Amino acid sequence: MHVFPYLVAVWIFLTGCYGLATSRNLIHAVGCLAVVQSSTYVLLLAVGYRDGGTAPVFSDLKPGARPLVDPVVQALALTDVVVGATVTALLLALVLQIAKRHGTVDPDELTELRG
Amino acid sequence: MHHLLPLLAAGPLLGATLLVAAGRRLPRVVAESFACAVCAATGVLALVLLLNSSPPLTEWVGGWRPVHGESVGIVVIGDGPSLGMAVLVSLLTLAALVYSWHYFEEPPRGHAGSYPALMLAFQAGMCGFAIAGDLFNMFVFFELMSVVAYALTGFRIDEAKAVQGALTFGVVNSLGAYAMLTGIGLLYARTGELAMSRIGRGLDAYGRPDALVLAAFVLVLTALLVKAAAVPFHLWLPDAHAVAPTPVCMLLSGVMVELGAYGVWRVYGTIFAGPGGIPAADLERALVALGVLTAVVGAVMCWHQRHIKRLLANSTIAHTGLFLAALGVLTPEGDDGAALYILGHAGVKAALFACTGILLDRYGNVDERALHGRGRDLRTVGVLFAIGGLALAGLPPFGTGIGKAVSEEAVGGPLTVLFVLASAVTSGAVLRVAARVFLGLGAPPPKGAAYETTGADEEPETSGRLDRIPGTMIFVPAVLLAGALAVGVAPGFPTVVSRAVAAAGTGRTPVDVHWTSTGVLLGCLSSLLAVGLAAVAVVRPGLLTAPSWALPLRRLQSGHVGDYVAWLLVGATVLGALALPGVLGG
Repeated sequence: MHVFPYLVAVWIFLTGCYGLATSRNLIHAVGCLAVVQSSTYVLLLAVGYRDGGTAPVFSDLKPGARPLVDPVVQALALTDVVVGATVTALLLALVLQIAKRHGTVDPDELTELRG
Repeated sequence: MHHLLPLLAAGPLLGATLLVAAGRRLPRVVAESFACAVCAATGVLALVLLLNSSPPLTEWVGGWRPVHGESVGIVVIGDGPSLGMAVLVSLLTLAALVYSWHYFEEPPRGHAGSYPALMLAFQAGMCGFAIAGDLFNMFVFFELMSVVAYALTGFRIDEAKAVQGALTFGVVNSLGAYAMLTGIGLLYARTGELAMSRIGRGLDAYGRPDALVLAAFVLVLTALLVKAAAVPFHLWLPDAHAVAPTPVCMLLSGVMVELGAYGVWRVYGTIFAGPGGIPAADLERALVALGVLTAVVGAVMCWHQRHIKRLLANSTIAHTGLFLAALGVLTPEGDDGAALYILGHAGVKAALFACTGILLDRYGNVDERALHGRGRDLRTVGVLFAIGGLALAGLPPFGTGIGKAVSEEAVGGPLTVLFVLASAVTSGAVLRVAARVFLGLGAPPPKGAAYETTGADEEPETSGRLDRIPGTMIFVPAVLLAGALAVGVAPGFPTVVSRAVAAAGTGRTPVDVHWTSTGVLLGCLSSLLAVGLAAVAVVRPGLLTAPSWALPLRRLQSGHVGDYVAWLLVGATVLGALALPGVLGG
């Protein structure tokens, strides 16, 4: 059972990559990039999980009373969310501009840069 | 002194914030002067720290030092290579800001602060990446510099090509960054640490490398090789460089791509070099193989371009291949050679882009064929462009020359031929452009094949075409070339670089680096070869252009983001296969 979340993370990562490689719509492609990124959330949280652990919040908990899940990976996941939001917002803004200037969001029809 | 280290990233970020906040009310000249001042101050700070960096500085940000051998804080390191890169970043950013001084047209009208703010944020991202001693922090700054670079690449949002290139750049680099984060997650799972040196120790304590170490190695290196534009991760680079504004190209080609190679050196040396990491023979095989492939593909693609910015971008790919091959032999001489080569190359390549920008702003065109003979009246620019072209071949006594000579001695044998040929071909292409555009030599070339990007009908970056070239735009490439020359001729400078690299905790003894007669001869040979290639290309254009075997290579550069992602996955698989034998056998 412990391997399961890691397999899920790999599956999500590869699904996102497949979507990116075969995408026919740039908005869909940016979405696929977000899918790839969500695999990192799953991985990070799986790394920090402990059996029987509880949230690392000490307001109602004596230190050392119970096992805790790793707060470091949660901080990493939170930073990751912020980074991902920035990237997605910027890329979607670029897609918007592409739609305006090229009149299409199909990557197959963008042929100006090649060779 | 070490408490000042985080300021290298925090200072420019603060300056950028102020510029964004107050940018609407500031006149343009104030915003640009402020950005130049912040950028220069950061550069001076980096230089002062560099001069005090022996022994290397270490700072736990916010005082979160390790307790009982366990750390949750963020560590930044200030040794020779990291601070050297920070100085290089600051110098080039300053050059780019001065180059765009007052003439660069800003699309968001009435917000004078946005462009200089983005440049400062870019500087902060690159400096932060250079001094990161913590792997997660390295990822964050990797993403910060990437995001700012996407925004700067697509800065002229009304241009169809610019937004397309920026999006491709964004998708491919961000995918690489997420691969890196996955690798970081795996390393944290194994060692419970994020500081690079501690991860390395943790891996060594665990024992022999296994599948997890290999997976983490491949994932982290994928991101860094995407940034370094190694084949087959390189396809985003020509598209991004062809469309980015010229001052941004100077930074992208001059230092951002090289930071990828620096990252490979740093990550391998501190994390994977021990007995619990990837054996040296495997890394050598992987880096040298990818480096050779990159140099060959970059040189061939460079020769076949007519869009001058794309030509220079492909020459950057060829040179990164050489840097990776020099770093890949894992000897002190190889590291020194790569460091010197990167320093010299940064000045030369930025100067060449700066000259191309002048052509773009004067003629609204960066197409080699359309510009034939039209640059005759730009005599100074032509001379600078030609000098840059020769320096690209490693003509002594330029910094590129000594970097190439030291690298050649380090790699030895058949790889020397690669160094001579790759630098000669890229330099020959630049000289060919110089001869055609600035001297009008050769017959006006015919219209080309269909499968290529022409550089005609580009929008100038200034408001209207330039009639007179402003002094700053000539001054910047001249100073950059002088800097590249100084790297090669300043007495004792190569030895200083060698000491700085050796002191960076790799435990290597510094070697005495200087010009050798073999190096000078090979540098002259490369330059002669380049002049010869350019002459043949100009006199007999049919002899060297577009043999059909180069066409499949050109078709790879399809401009299609899905193709680029597929090639990234292929590259990661190849990297894994190249590193696999040592993990299985050793």
